[in-house]
Amino acid sequence: MWKYEKKLQYPVRVSRCDPYMAKLLLEQYGGADGELAAALRYLNQRYTIPPKVIGLLTDIGTEEFAHLEMIATMVYKLTKDATAEALRAAGLGDHYVNHGHALFYQNASGVPWTATYIQAKGDPIADLYEDIAAEEKARATYQWLIDMTDDVDLQDSLKFLREREVIHAQRFREAVEILKEDQEKKKFY
Amino acid sequence: MYSQERVYHPYVGPFDPCSPHTAKTYVLPPEVFLGFQPPTLAQFPPMEALRRGVLWPMLYSPYHGRGDRPEARDAE
Repeated sequence: MWKYEKKLQYPVRVSRCDPYMAKLLLEQYGGADGELAAALRYLNQRYTIPPKVIGLLTDIGTEEFAHLEMIATMVYKLTKDATAEALRAAGLGDHYVNHGHALFYQNASGVPWTATYIQAKGDPIADLYEDIAAEEKARATYQWLIDMTDDVDLQDSLKFLREREVIHAQRFREAVEILKEDQEKKKFY
Repeated sequence: MYSQERVYHPYVGPFDPCSPHTAKTYVLPPEVFLGFQPPTLAQFPPMEALRRGVLWPMLYSPYHGRGDRPEARDAE
């Protein structure tokens, strides 16, 4: 059960008309290390993870949807007023033919999102290590996206999202430590 | 704050087709080293924390763009 707040987690302002950047941003929308994959990965793994870290996966999985909204807003702003010709010039001609001005869950190369991007192994360490790797990969993706635009307002939102990946990675690493600690604890009943 | 950027110098061949980058950088963000977050860490003021996306300076990771884009590095 969720409650929806009708606002973005962090403001999204786009100052430059750059439909090509929208194409690149799709990597974080429907890509392997994107926000959709992250949200679905955590919100599915949480059922079979030790109780101590269920809440963490719920919280982070939920926040990933907030990030997904931000990316969607960026893509929408960058494409909503683009003509078919402008979209073609930005490498989005094939996207336009299939989806018009709609967004779609695909990566920057136009490959549609697939559940094979995520995993649930039912082993807490295997799953959490995957989650840490996913966060670090998302952080790197944000770095390369920041490198690909000169729009400081867009960069600002991307830097916020990148920092959130840092925090999520930290929390998943702490989750691993929590599971390790339980093992070392000498419990006498 | 200590630098979160590391540099290495890849091999440059005599017949490389493009002008070589002699220095390559990568990021080592703070969570790589921290372990459990210690209690009572210093905090950013609330509004600044909201803007940066993190409450604690110790976990703040700046990124100014890659080293091969000098104009981007002067921005912050």
